[in-house]
Amino acid sequence: MLNILVLVKLVPDTVEELEIAPDGRSLDPASVRLILSERDEHALEQGLLLKERYGGTLTVIALDVPEVDDVLFTALAKGADRAVKITGMEPGPSTWTAAGLAARTLAAGPGLLPADLILTGVQAIDDLDGQAGPILARLLELPYVGITCRVEVDPGARSAVVVREYVGGVTGTFEVSLPVVLGVQSAEKPPRYVPVAKVRAAMKSQRLESVPASGESAVMRVEILQLMKPEATGRAVMLDGAPEEVAAQLCDVLAARGLL
Amino acid sequence: MAGEIWVLVEQWRGRISDITYEVLALGREVAEALAGSLQAVVLGPGAGESIFSLGAADGALMVEHSALAEPVPEVYALALAQIIPQRQPQALLIPQTNVTMELGPLLAARLAVPFLNSCRDVQVTDGRPVARCILYGGKVEASVTPQSAPAVFGILPGVRPPEQGRVERAPAVRALSVDLPTEFPLRFRGYTELEAGDVDITRENVLVAVGRGIQRPENVALAEELAAALGGAVCGSRPVIDQRWLPPSRQVGTSGMIVKPQLYLALGISGAPEHAQGMKEAALIVAINTDPRAPIFDIAHYGVVGDLLEIVPAMTTRVKQGKQAA
Ligand SMILES: Cc1cc2nc3c(=O)[nH]c(=O)nc-3n(C[C@H](O)[C@H](O)[C@H](O)COP(=O)(O)OP(=O)(O)OC[C@H]3O[C@@H](n4cnc5c(N)ncnc54)[C@H](O)[C@@H]3O)c2cc1C
Ligand SMILES: Nc1ncnc2c1ncn2[C@@H]1O[C@H](COP(=O)(O)O)[C@@H](O)[C@H]1O
Repeated sequence: MLNILVLVKLVPDTVEELEIAPDGRSLDPASVRLILSERDEHALEQGLLLKERYGGTLTVIALDVPEVDDVLFTALAKGADRAVKITGMEPGPSTWTAAGLAARTLAAGPGLLPADLILTGVQAIDDLDGQAGPILARLLELPYVGITCRVEVDPGARSAVVVREYVGGVTGTFEVSLPVVLGVQSAEKPPRYVPVAKVRAAMKSQRLESVPASGESAVMRVEILQLMKPEATGRAVMLDGAPEEVAAQLCDVLAARGLL
Repeated sequence: MAGEIWVLVEQWRGRISDITYEVLALGREVAEALAGSLQAVVLGPGAGESIFSLGAADGALMVEHSALAEPVPEVYALALAQIIPQRQPQALLIPQTNVTMELGPLLAARLAVPFLNSCRDVQVTDGRPVARCILYGGKVEASVTPQSAPAVFGILPGVRPPEQGRVERAPAVRALSVDLPTEFPLRFRGYTELEAGDVDITRENVLVAVGRGIQRPENVALAEELAAALGGAVCGSRPVIDQRWLPPSRQVGTSGMIVKPQLYLALGISGAPEHAQGMKEAALIVAINTDPRAPIFDIAHYGVVGDLLEIVPAMTTRVKQGKQAA
């Protein structure tokens, strides 16, 4: 029976046009729509696959931010057993703060530790000062493996075989004793889809747990001087027109280079 | 204070990666602006064999230890965490690749020092290193400065041309020793090569690449038709591979293949650094994307703001007509 924890984070959807707030150092909250980080979808899926394969419980944990309830109920509908939100912290914590809060919450929340596997997404797109997984692993004094794409557990031996992506399609295999913190890159299968009706049913029949954030918040250690939209270096020659016109222009470009 | 600026020499299977030279070129500028010396940090047994192209640095700090034979991030981080306090460099610049991914945060967590991730440049302003970090998949940039030294910077590929940092001369060598345990909770068991697919995308002249903008698995056929008409093959970005719409052998990018075709047609690909690293050397890059601000347009030679689902079939028709006419 494995005790699996999955830490998830909501990040701004980059499909929306992100605007910089008047202070010049943060995003304008009005331009931000939060969605679950893509890698965390994979971390959750990997956790669910492990639970199904070896038995046990899976708990999803997130900071209390707007839209978090939807994300947590969706995880419950997909098969998570418990969903915990960390409440009462300052908005927009740094990765250090978040990792510190998560570490303390794991210790404070009932029945969360000892865990066998703590899964995080390998990296979120709003990164600046680090990756929560490795920091959390250090705080808990556990080993960490990132960019994972496969996990097999030997519950009897309390160990796991973890496959980590390197370069050029080459992967490295590690044997690690449990507990371990993993930064998941891809689950072994595409993240499962759950119909809205099941999420609604979870909202009716299940509940979210709350654990208040506790302790000092960690130092930021880096100072953001300014946020800006990247200047378009504009290297590309832009073509426009109706699809057929554009297609014709592109074919001319290719023909001129002997590519047709 | 004239301290040292360190550049970690990133090696992959016995070869120093190009990005190491790019970061050495950057390190040279930072060291000069801070009136410090530039040190290349080489980890691993047999480290001495690889220093002959590191002449951009004033010195090489060599850490030879059998536990460093393979790039196991936990072990590398432990070794770096032992040598940093010995010499207190002002900054450690880590070439940011899949090999080094966890090093910065593991190290920063161990030493409680600042870590700045995804830097596309570092410049010195008023005696302080200020990094330009990319956020939100390249949609926003931040200028950021560490609040204390030593600070660790993860540097993205492409900061400087690699030629600028490749100097064929051996720098002065200093050996540093570390005390690493023989047993780690993490044991490296070996590498596995990717199973060869039906096509080797690194050998194709023409690649039609699809990203998340392709939207549905059925639409991949549109790209297949265009690729067939152009005499090339289809490849893709990570989300397409993750969905299993294309096999892993077709992935382009940091974790996937590095390709240099004559033509790279990027369809519905945003141009995240992890993808760009795999294709930016293509001779001709053409991008089609509905978002005029997509970072892919910064590396493409030709760009179209538009819907790939409309433009691709039109192109296929044109290419086929052209072939018939010829
Ligand atoms: C350690 C690590 C390793 C990674 N390795 C890789 C790697 O090897 N390869 C890789 O690709 N990624 C890799 N990634 C992921 C990378 O960071 C990006 O998430 C990924 O490249 C994004 O893929 P995309 O551009 O297809 O998707 P998105 O970023 O979602 O972009 C989709 C684009 O499609 C456009 N679009 C939507 N609809 C249409 C339409 N109808 N017509 C035209 N355009 C449209 C949108 O405007 C958008 O720009 C890695 C990440 C990490 C953390
Ligand atoms: N505030 C948070 N709450 C819960 N999990 C988090 C939080 N921040 C980061 N994580 C986890 O760590 C991963 C990496 O995030 P980051 O460090 O921001 O790149 C995320 O994908 C989550 O799995």
